[in-house]
Amino acid sequence: MAYSDKVIDHYSNPRNVGSFGKDTPGLGTGLVGAPECGDVMKLQIKVNLDTGVIEDAKFKTFGCGSAIASSSLATEWLKGKSVDDALKIKNTDIVNELKLPPVKIHCSVLAEDAIKAAIRDFQEKWAERQAVGVQAQK
Amino acid sequence: MAVKFPIFMDSNSTTPVDPRVLETMIPYFTERFGHPGSRNHSFGWEAEAGMERAREQLARLIGARDPKELVWTSGGTEADNLAIKGVVEMYRERGDHIVTTVTEQRAVLDPCRRLEKQGLARVTYLPVDAMGVVDPDAVRQAITDRTVLVSIMLANNEIGTIQAIQELSKVAKERGVLFHTDATEAVGKIPIDVEKMGIDLLSCTGHKIYGPKGIGALYVRRRNPRVRIAPMIDGGGHERGARSGTVPVALAVGFGRAAEICREVMPEESARLAQLRDRLQDRILSSVDEAYLNGHPERRLPHTLNISFAYVEGESILMGLNKEVALSSGSACTSSTLEPSYVIQALGVGADLAHSSIRYGLHRFTTGEEVDFVADRTIDVVKRLREMSPLYELAKEGVDIKSIHWKAE
Repeated sequence: MAYSDKVIDHYSNPRNVGSFGKDTPGLGTGLVGAPECGDVMKLQIKVNLDTGVIEDAKFKTFGCGSAIASSSLATEWLKGKSVDDALKIKNTDIVNELKLPPVKIHCSVLAEDAIKAAIRDFQEKWAERQAVGVQAQK
Repeated sequence: MAVKFPIFMDSNSTTPVDPRVLETMIPYFTERFGHPGSRNHSFGWEAEAGMERAREQLARLIGARDPKELVWTSGGTEADNLAIKGVVEMYRERGDHIVTTVTEQRAVLDPCRRLEKQGLARVTYLPVDAMGVVDPDAVRQAITDRTVLVSIMLANNEIGTIQAIQELSKVAKERGVLFHTDATEAVGKIPIDVEKMGIDLLSCTGHKIYGPKGIGALYVRRRNPRVRIAPMIDGGGHERGARSGTVPVALAVGFGRAAEICREVMPEESARLAQLRDRLQDRILSSVDEAYLNGHPERRLPHTLNISFAYVEGESILMGLNKEVALSSGSACTSSTLEPSYVIQALGVGADLAHSSIRYGLHRFTTGEEVDFVADRTIDVVKRLREMSPLYELAKEGVDIKSIHWKAE
């Protein structure tokens, strides 16, 4: 199977590889997939609690080149987006951008799941603090 | 010597044609193009002579007493199909049960499944142990009064494990059951003697022994016992009626020459390749933690090495290497699917490690420099991928990955 140039680029020069410290304020972590299925993505977002904007994002992925590229692209797209806008990222956007073949669509689905899981985790942990922050701004 | 790129290290999928083989073949495309069945002119006689010499060369390589015991086919897959379907059809009054193993090539498994689906046979798929070895006692227990065929590969094409063929065939013989072996990966690489090993039917192919693609053969024992098979392809009655169709003489001649060369160079070549394989294995395993050898550490083919790298996925490793090195994460027959190798899974290593396997296939033209390069590149790529693997991170934090409740898709 030939890979698209964009997949090769993300695989060769993955953006935002890494992990945030566990105590990072505004942190949300999504861990999706399963080792038996050959794909595991950990995607983390760091949200500014005052503005609700994703300031930074990092990933680590166990999986094929397309899975690595999908999660790398996701972190690129997440940075600078509000949490609400981040929720609008669809797996089909990733498929189109990376020109993923049909057998690799599940990589993009997993990346969307990872985004959603990270946001859910953030909301569970920081919803109160964020509300306070937003109120304080007003 | 400078290394030339890309490096081919996927010889379990196919091999390059040896220049000496090609040289032997060329006249059979041009001047000696005759049909071997043409009995009334020199073109036919020449073609037939070339084809029969090739049969003798191949017979010598596998220890067949009589070259007539070899039937040309289009390759290993057809030979396997012919052996299994041909025996089931011919011996249906005697029974309808086949004993085989879970690590066979698809060319054995799929005909078995088709026969099951058609209601023409029942099949027992025996498991293998952690090193890929079939237990002769399991074969003994699986054989019933209805069993007509035991089909067990000589050596595995993914992990290189060599079966105890002599013991296995003895078990079959004790019960009067025919013994077939898919030897496509083993022929030309290790000594084979169908007489000593008690083999009744043996499949092999040209393109894995530095011969051309498009030609294979099925050995069908003619004496003690005389094995009979129903043909799968009907027509002009070529190959003594076992396989109709004009024999591609040039390909057969190439296969024969390839067999002859293999027989000549085998002692030296297998020793050299085993040494290179060990060098590759040692270099990788001494630099990468949690890398595991798949297959039997001793009873294995000299040219095959299969390693699972925990916490990284096989295809991503290949992607990091494929600009410079041609490798495979498993059988080329199944690489279009996303399923991990069923052979590695059958070893009981767990699906995660099955997703992490890489197969290195060395061959006649592999050099020490290539081996060192491939080892070093593998080490680099695995280390880089582990830096971005969430599983490696968890493991380094002391988390047992199996304790996590993964939500499988």
